[in-house]
Amino acid sequence: MNRYYWILGAFAALVVLLAVGLNLNPRDVPSPLVGKPAPAFNLNVLATPDKTLCPRDMQGKVWLLNVWASWCVSCRAEHPILVEFSKKVDVPVIGLNYKEVRGDGGFDMSKMAADDEKKLAFQRANAWLSQHGDPYKLTVMDLDGRVGIDYGVYGVPETYVVDKAGIIRMKHTGPITPDVLGQKIMPLLAELNK
Amino acid sequence: MIARALIFALFLGSTVAIASEVNEAALAADPVAEKRLQDLSTELRCLVCQNQTIADSNAELAQDLRREIRGMIKDGKSDKEIIDFMVVRYGDFVLYRPPVKGITLLLWGGPVALMLLGLFVLIRYLRRRATRIADDQPLSADETSRADALLKEINPK
Repeated sequence: MNRYYWILGAFAALVVLLAVGLNLNPRDVPSPLVGKPAPAFNLNVLATPDKTLCPRDMQGKVWLLNVWASWCVSCRAEHPILVEFSKKVDVPVIGLNYKEVRGDGGFDMSKMAADDEKKLAFQRANAWLSQHGDPYKLTVMDLDGRVGIDYGVYGVPETYVVDKAGIIRMKHTGPITPDVLGQKIMPLLAELNK
Repeated sequence: MIARALIFALFLGSTVAIASEVNEAALAADPVAEKRLQDLSTELRCLVCQNQTIADSNAELAQDLRREIRGMIKDGKSDKEIIDFMVVRYGDFVLYRPPVKGITLLLWGGPVALMLLGLFVLIRYLRRRATRIADDQPLSADETSRADALLKEINPK
């Protein structure tokens, strides 16, 4: 009789192990960038295309980097939360527009000149922000997604929290929900701004 | 149901075909570099469709990463430098063969440990059984005749 309890126990342990495993989110891959300096970039600013921004310009401030694109459906879902955040909280949000044109999939990039892509990207990004509201202090344009690769972007939207020294302190993949904002991002911002 | 499965299979087949077509076009240009690209990209996981390698996947990100690798090969980077480039950005998860280190010890050692445990239990069981059989005393003459008598009682023939 005793040995059957033992087998039953082992089976129950296996069930628990599998239940936990199945409930983990496989999309939530821990970023190796957390705790490392925010990768450098020097990208054109959406509102002032002749100017560029690099992460060093943000030194001394706690800031958010939010990766978005107008073709990204989940970005639309999180956008009202960001707009609300920007009105209430004194933490600058920098937008990183990721592959605005070539990420869309509706264009034949082999037939589009670089200048045309740039023009179209700025036009589309501006239109989207004026339609849905602009929570960003600035948006920078990553047309070919190279900066996205440096930041390990693999599923837009993504959000990074960068501290005063320019170190990435958190990465959230996927849309920001009120829960994520309230339970993860806000406490971290409060701590970093202390 | 079968029709749906067939359509799905066709769809899968077509994406694979497109992916290899794109590679083949560039393959002609520089076979050595393209071979390296192939080898490297089969070692790397596409984070969008997580059970495909960068070589198999036709996701945008996989295309971008193949382009990056191609660029790095052109720049004369070593395989290790290219793999490190990916790990720094996407973490160990990007490697199809996870490295052996503290956190992955259970992953690598687990199956071996389980097999050793199984062998141990099996050997112990077999030994015990062998000694139990050896320990069993054969019936004495008296016991044999009693057993025979009992059997006859049940089965009188």
